[in-house]
Amino acid sequence: MYQYDKYDQSLVDSRVAEFRDQCERRIAGEMTEDQFKPLRLQNGLYLQLHAYMLRVAIPYGTLSGDQMRMLATIARKYDRDYGHFTTRQNIQYNWIKLEDAADILQDLSTVEMHAIQTSGNCIRNISSDQYAGASAEEAADPRPWAELLRQWSSFHPEFAHLPRKFKICVIASDTDRAAMRLHDIGIQLVENDAGELGARFYVGGGMGRTPMIAPLIREFVSADDLISYCEACLRVYNRYGRRDNKYKARIKILVHEIGAEEYKRQVEEEFAHIKTLNLDPPRAELERISEFFAPPAFDAEAPTEVDLSDPDFRIWHDQNVAEHKNPAYAIATISLKPVGGIPGDATADQMDLMADLAKQYSFDECRVTHSQNIVLPHVRKADLYALWQKLDEAGLAPANLDLIGDMIACPGLDYCSLANARSIPLAQKISQRFADQQRQKELGELKLKISGCINACGHHHAGHIGILGVDRKGVENYQLLFGGSGAEDVSLAKITGPGFTEDGVVDAIEKATDLYLAQREEGERFVDTYRRIGMEPFKEALYG
Amino acid sequence: MIILTGNDLKTGDVIWWAGETNWSRHLSDAVDAGEEADAVLQREDAARRVNAGYSVEAEQTERGPMPLHIKDRVRASGPTVRQDLAIDTNIPIEKA
Ligand code: HEM
Ligand code: SF4
Repeated sequence: MYQYDKYDQSLVDSRVAEFRDQCERRIAGEMTEDQFKPLRLQNGLYLQLHAYMLRVAIPYGTLSGDQMRMLATIARKYDRDYGHFTTRQNIQYNWIKLEDAADILQDLSTVEMHAIQTSGNCIRNISSDQYAGASAEEAADPRPWAELLRQWSSFHPEFAHLPRKFKICVIASDTDRAAMRLHDIGIQLVENDAGELGARFYVGGGMGRTPMIAPLIREFVSADDLISYCEACLRVYNRYGRRDNKYKARIKILVHEIGAEEYKRQVEEEFAHIKTLNLDPPRAELERISEFFAPPAFDAEAPTEVDLSDPDFRIWHDQNVAEHKNPAYAIATISLKPVGGIPGDATADQMDLMADLAKQYSFDECRVTHSQNIVLPHVRKADLYALWQKLDEAGLAPANLDLIGDMIACPGLDYCSLANARSIPLAQKISQRFADQQRQKELGELKLKISGCINACGHHHAGHIGILGVDRKGVENYQLLFGGSGAEDVSLAKITGPGFTEDGVVDAIEKATDLYLAQREEGERFVDTYRRIGMEPFKEALYG
Repeated sequence: MIILTGNDLKTGDVIWWAGETNWSRHLSDAVDAGEEADAVLQREDAARRVNAGYSVEAEQTERGPMPLHIKDRVRASGPTVRQDLAIDTNIPIEKA
């Protein structure tokens, strides 16, 4: 894990002091809300439907045990004993008091965390692959690069006031677990034929009201030029991105309007200029950063077999455990999706437990995934059974990774002031309808994603089944979408037709999955069958 | 009727205007601000008795004032998926 140097720490500390002063001035009436709002948003503090909401950055989704424990402490000390892990691999607290906000940031700073750049038109938290450093298929560990990008983008003066928010994702394998091409910049680290490390750049993806898949802008950018190339991408956007219309301000609109070819031409021109400035850090700095992410001291004697004689454990193991690059280890996903639960919510006690388990079983590391789960990246196979038992006791062992029960849901109208409809009750109803383990397993990989409004925080465009909450004359209504994917087979989901009531949408999903079961060919997932047979038969089943 | 809501500046709690300089956490205490809505909001904001206040169209019902928009009914009830944290679970969220 990366550890702050004195510059990192002093930046964060001075920001806490500054914000404390700002909060005090607001409370004392020396500032109006209009004056204060941009300042609090720069520190992740929103005003939501019921209270202030604090969004804390979890850089590239990576947390140490101590950091996770601090998240639990904050939930307990300042909030109502829980937090919500988000699709941007961050955490949100729903019940924050303004008078506590500076203390919270101070507590966070003691474990090298903050809420800087979690809001506003700046470069947001970098997202990455939750299997980084543990998966066998990656070209390199993406985390040192994500960290480099974090340092470059933190307080970058030129990019503090972009036309709109900006999200960057770095992965390093062909399997995409991070919705890479639905980011403003998606970077895939790759090796070229000469065995040199570089990056494939996709620019102009995003969700929201105008979803777009990022086109490939450059096949190979040398790793030594990664920062310069990002700088060039951002500069062209900063200069030409629209500032007159918030809905057309994201980079995806610029790339779409001028075309990927023209955008690329301008980026290349800018890049040729930027290269002369030597912006990329020297290799020594990258090596310094990389050392923090060196592989942990794996136990060379550890057995490579797992005893699967307990059938309940076996179900969890088959579903939630993935292969590790070391044959004696495994990657375990803790699903935050119990039947009838709130996707992504974890209690303070659960967070404490996950911190302890990370310490005990995973070299003190855990990861937050964009599908609102927690990963323990390096678990000895010999420890999996003990781990599972402890998780199960705490309600943290739903065996549903990537199944219909493992759905994404944004906070929706239960918490969010921008929402049109509630997301969570719907998620609960769907998970109850499909609660049966056998049935879920039978349906196979099925990514269901729910957003409470067009902003698409719940990734509905990228769901095999997506659900979008809309307001129909003051009544909650839900549009159903099929055929999206945020993975390497990226695609945007299409609306099935007229919307449904909350119960209607659950029935409609059941009709669609029944059709899939009847029509599927060997090895097809729901989305594969949909792609093969098209929307018509599904429409027939839903509305016929 | 027009009722007024906003958040307590320090705690962030959702509050409803209950007449004069009074604010309550309970929707049932809300009173009609009528044509004075904007003036009251301005005055109360300046005195920091409310933050981010706004006016809400409501109707008088047996339970007292009820916002016309679902968002404000959820606001008054608390999250519907966490009844343990709700302020008033009796507020009808869906339109009757
Ligand atoms: C305070 C609550 C929130 C507010 C006000 C908010 C606001 C927004 C807005 C306005 C957009 C659309 C941006 C655009 O299209 O230009 C958006 C997109 C998004 N938000 Fe949120 N959001 C909130 C909570 C969340 C949560 C809880 C998550 C994760 C579960 C999340 C993750 C995302 C993602 C992934 C996108 C789409 C990616 C993209 O921007 O292209 N947000 N959000
Ligand atoms: S998708 Fe809409 S309702 Fe859901 S969190 Fe985002 S802004 Fe709120």
